[in-house]
Amino acid sequence: MKKLHRRSFLKGGLVGGAAIAAVGTSKHAEAAGSFGGYPDSMGVLVDLTKCVGCRTCEAACNKEQGLPAPDKSFDDPSVFEEKREGGLPRRTTEKAYTVVQKYDVPGREHPLFRKVQCNHCNEPACLTSCFVNAYKKTPEGAVMYDPTVCVGCRTCMVACPFYIPAYSYSSAINPVVKKCIMCYDTRLKFGKPPACVEACPQEVMTFGKRKDLLKLAHQRISEKPDAYVDHVYGENEVGGTAWMYLSDVPFDKIGYDTHLGDQPIISYVKEFLAIVPMVLTIWPALFTGFHLLSNRKDGLKNEDNKS
Amino acid sequence: MGGRKKTLMGMAALMLLTAPTGAQSWAADGPDTVELGSLANHYSAVTFDHAMHVGVAASCAECHHHTTGLAPTDPNCVRCHEAGAQAQSVACKDCHSDKRFSAEDLEKTGGNPQLYHKGKPGLKGAYHQKCLGCHTTMGGPTGCQDCHTRNDQGDAFFHSGKYAPAPKASGGHGGGH
Repeated sequence: MKKLHRRSFLKGGLVGGAAIAAVGTSKHAEAAGSFGGYPDSMGVLVDLTKCVGCRTCEAACNKEQGLPAPDKSFDDPSVFEEKREGGLPRRTTEKAYTVVQKYDVPGREHPLFRKVQCNHCNEPACLTSCFVNAYKKTPEGAVMYDPTVCVGCRTCMVACPFYIPAYSYSSAINPVVKKCIMCYDTRLKFGKPPACVEACPQEVMTFGKRKDLLKLAHQRISEKPDAYVDHVYGENEVGGTAWMYLSDVPFDKIGYDTHLGDQPIISYVKEFLAIVPMVLTIWPALFTGFHLLSNRKDGLKNEDNKS
Repeated sequence: MGGRKKTLMGMAALMLLTAPTGAQSWAADGPDTVELGSLANHYSAVTFDHAMHVGVAASCAECHHHTTGLAPTDPNCVRCHEAGAQAQSVACKDCHSDKRFSAEDLEKTGGNPQLYHKGKPGLKGAYHQKCLGCHTTMGGPTGCQDCHTRNDQGDAFFHSGKYAPAPKASGGHGGGH
């Protein structure tokens, strides 16, 4: 009879285990990747060709969210010239959940204005990166944040591909993450559009079901193919976002990251993350077992010596 | 002819009676002015000089699309709307909802697969897109307060005028530590 060696036994076990793990993770990845957002979630289509840079949306956001007074009046166009480190235009802060940026595009008759706020991803990177589950994607489409459970690690700020969450560094006692919540608690959950959408005089933003907005966006492009680039930013980027954009200038020329890919950020780390629970639960028991086995002989020897 | 003059006078009187809603069905003549007061919470009403714009615009269809009996100027619109009979109403507010994005509006626009004009702007959007669009190309006024006089509530909303933030002493905005 063939003797079963310890080495071959371990080898077989490893191969088998790896196979099971591989099958398990691939199945898991498929299931999680199929989530394309809530079917009836709401969204906003932003037509950048229509924005005139009046900043009424910023004023409306400030009022609706009860934010502190701004550093400059909301009708002061000098903010467009403000630059932060690296010559980059201004971004969202703890005091401003939305900001309008100005781009002087060569060859374009007028400057292009771009409204920046949380894009409310279908599968948000902030949500998946948060280890205390402070974030929630509501069926209406808003990405919400719960400051009561937040521990202030700011991983969400690193994870966000759009650099949106801001941090209340001004608060020494209870600093929290601050970002656009799509006016969820005051408007969206009652079926009303966000305050910025309603305030915009040009109706740059169209509010509606995300699936309806996608049809509208493609209809606009096909009706006026010369007025738009043939791309709806946010349709597929990072798995799709609730806020989507139409432009007459290629998106990479006006500060949009066009290299984000169509996969939700979570899918890049999903396979690694699937191993984490296994490492945390199986490895301690396994190696404790090895340790006890290898020390068993010594224990027995000690007992022998005693007797 | 005296008869026509009288009719016009009568129409003008009627217009005064029906102001500030203005923009009734006015046959080919139209009202001289229209009061636009839907942004009353931040701005005083705008008195739109319709008569002046009639003189400036190449055709009524520049603003009224296909409703005045003339063919629209946008080639995309001409695909369906040719010159035809005048519509029952030529008033902006009768087609462009002042309750855009309300539940009823979303049901009407999003819920109907047969509807072509899904993205028809609301009243405020229609005004601004038409007015500003033309003013930009024709060299008309384009600043908010060139047309609208802002009221006290509006000043508070924009943190402007007497509500303007005090200038910062150190000017340390975004300037590091």
